[in-house]
Amino acid sequence: MDLNYTDAQIAFRSDVRDFLSDNLPAHLSDKVRDGVALTKADHEEWHAILNAQGWLAGNWPVDHGGTGWDSVQRHIFEDEMTKANAPRIVPFGLAMLGPVLMAFGSDEQKSYWLPRILNGDDWWCQGYSEPGAGSDLASVRTMAERDGDDYIVNGQKTWTTLGQYANMIFCLVRTSKEGKRQEGISFLLIDMNSPGITVRPIVLIDGGAEVNEVFFDNVRVPVANLVGEENKGWTYAKYLLTHERTNIAGVGFASAGLEQLKRIARAELSGGKPLIQHPLFAARIAQVQIDLMAMATTNLRVISAAAAGQAPGAESSMLKVKGTQVRQEINALTMQAIGPYAMPFVSEALDGDNDPVGPAYAQAPTGQYLNNRKLSIYGGSNEVQRSIIAKAILEL
Amino acid sequence: MNFDLTEERQMLQDGLRRFLRDQYTPDLLAQIETSDTGTSPEVWAGLANMGVIGALFTEDQGGFGGAGFDIALVAEEMGRVGATDPLIDTGILGGGLIAALGDEGQQAMLDDIIAGTRQLALAHGEPSSRYDLSRVETTWADGKLTGRKAVVVNGGAADTLIVSARTSGDVADTDGISLFIVAADAPGLMRRSYPLTGGGHAAEITLDNTPGTLLGTAGQGYAALAAAHARATLAISAEAVGLMDAVRTLTTDYLKTRKQFGQPIGKFQALQHRMADVLIEIEQARSAVINLAGHLDADTQTRDTHVAATKTLIGQVARLVAEESIQMHGGIGMTQEYALGHLAKRLLMVDHRFGDTLYHMDKFIALAVA
Repeated sequence: MDLNYTDAQIAFRSDVRDFLSDNLPAHLSDKVRDGVALTKADHEEWHAILNAQGWLAGNWPVDHGGTGWDSVQRHIFEDEMTKANAPRIVPFGLAMLGPVLMAFGSDEQKSYWLPRILNGDDWWCQGYSEPGAGSDLASVRTMAERDGDDYIVNGQKTWTTLGQYANMIFCLVRTSKEGKRQEGISFLLIDMNSPGITVRPIVLIDGGAEVNEVFFDNVRVPVANLVGEENKGWTYAKYLLTHERTNIAGVGFASAGLEQLKRIARAELSGGKPLIQHPLFAARIAQVQIDLMAMATTNLRVISAAAAGQAPGAESSMLKVKGTQVRQEINALTMQAIGPYAMPFVSEALDGDNDPVGPAYAQAPTGQYLNNRKLSIYGGSNEVQRSIIAKAILEL
Repeated sequence: MNFDLTEERQMLQDGLRRFLRDQYTPDLLAQIETSDTGTSPEVWAGLANMGVIGALFTEDQGGFGGAGFDIALVAEEMGRVGATDPLIDTGILGGGLIAALGDEGQQAMLDDIIAGTRQLALAHGEPSSRYDLSRVETTWADGKLTGRKAVVVNGGAADTLIVSARTSGDVADTDGISLFIVAADAPGLMRRSYPLTGGGHAAEITLDNTPGTLLGTAGQGYAALAAAHARATLAISAEAVGLMDAVRTLTTDYLKTRKQFGQPIGKFQALQHRMADVLIEIEQARSAVINLAGHLDADTQTRDTHVAATKTLIGQVARLVAEESIQMHGGIGMTQEYALGHLAKRLLMVDHRFGDTLYHMDKFIALAVA
């Protein structure tokens, strides 16, 4: 047992830190710190900076243009990124589709799509969830029927994050109704500009519209855009989900959130004294900080096992439950910290171009609290994660 | 011991429940959300006609109620539909302070208030006062008020403002606070109105040598402020219980109809037990509101102990109910379009008015534990 990083890992962390301090634009980190929504151009700017450094694809091997980092390096990189309030790397192309193409795509698909992901030529979105399906992913109803060299796709996807920016969507579609429901699913790449596709924003309780419904009405998709084999899409989807679950604990987000909470609690006054000195509030901050410290180590234990070649399994469910609990508690404390100024709803606040009501730091916490209720719902709800733990770890 | 409503109150409850159920359609809520005041003038007129505003005042004051149980009954029904009407601001705070402190001429305003033709707001909190009731920095000199007031609910729509100012003593002393009646269009008064999370509007108010008329005795405003806040705390707590009931109904209906993994999700024992806990806590909240309603006119120490206990519990249960209901709904609970969002947000914002769980836990420790 050795809790220390190796010299090489320490040197790597210092390289990452130097790079961020030299190259992360302040106008981006200010927005991230204050919870202001990033524009498409903001994301693209940061994507290009990381790509120029060769640090965009932390989970890709070197021969595909990735960094070849191991899981500890990736963790260090993500940790420094969140501490510096860098924009998160949009995961759909890099973290989700890329690994699936590398594992199951044809040579043509790899050589065409992978460089375009790195260059930012395509903005991908994820077509998994469907209305009524929730955490039950295998109940895919969007149909793809073969017609010559095309599939004809009909159906609806929902909760498509940042679909409004995307020109491409990777979709689970049903190509067969025979056998078990998992067996008739295929994995298709679809051009969002195809005739018959409609994107409709879903306004969430924080007033923002980051997710969408995507409708498919007789959309023609070339058979060349099928990944792997027809009716084997469920295997690829599950493979993708294991990649979706890296960094699932969100330790970096929690650490950055805790810093912002303390910053606000030092500035806010209660009974004429800084709120952070209020014993009851300090106790709640202490509790979440203690939870975060232990969770960070649980996270490292899983990462370390992964670096030694053990695939993360049900442990990621544990990290998801605890990680979202910690982040949601930080969100709740931050909203509490801003007191009566949690009440104003200024829809423009999250877009950053309205005169704020109250202190600048009070603009985002209520919206963030409401928005992050999604953390325990999406990516397999926390109830589903607990069932996985009960079944796979406890063998109940 | 009798926990039943009197016949008069039962009639008021039935009528008000019917009226609000008819008025508060999804269309009305959508219309209110984009309106300039965050409320509906038609509903307000209807409430006045039914005598709902009058139910907040005693017979001496021109009303026909005014007891804790009247306030709780009305507010709970308002909560049940997620109503945004400023009963607390115009009736309990503004009207209540005029009724408690006003001279004969000032009392005349109560007729307009009860008739629904005059809107009020209490401009008391300041940008750095948080929930501290005695922290007042707005000044009074040569008959003019100067200072800033923060998150004044209904402040934009009000015709008349009750403004607190320090006329003597230190910044946080209870002695030395005076109250003034100020016309909303008085010189030097600026208002910036904005919508609130969960509905309604508030305003940031700047006073710069603004004239006002003294309400009550100079320097002696604190006791009336505290009493008005106790009544407002009862109202918002009862409103929260109404909101909790509505949220619980939506959620249990959803658990019965939403199917996943081949069965209604309400059949999963994990969710049944959590929903059972939600119910237990809502009943705790309801009892806390009854406790406060029954002690609203007791001695200050008893009253304030119940204010602190009730508001602490309401804040805790509100968060539990809002979070569990969103979680059990899943994705649909995250959408603006679905009815839950408005109710859950309104419920969560209850902890940001008249003191949060921290503030009231502190008060309770001082009054009943330490």
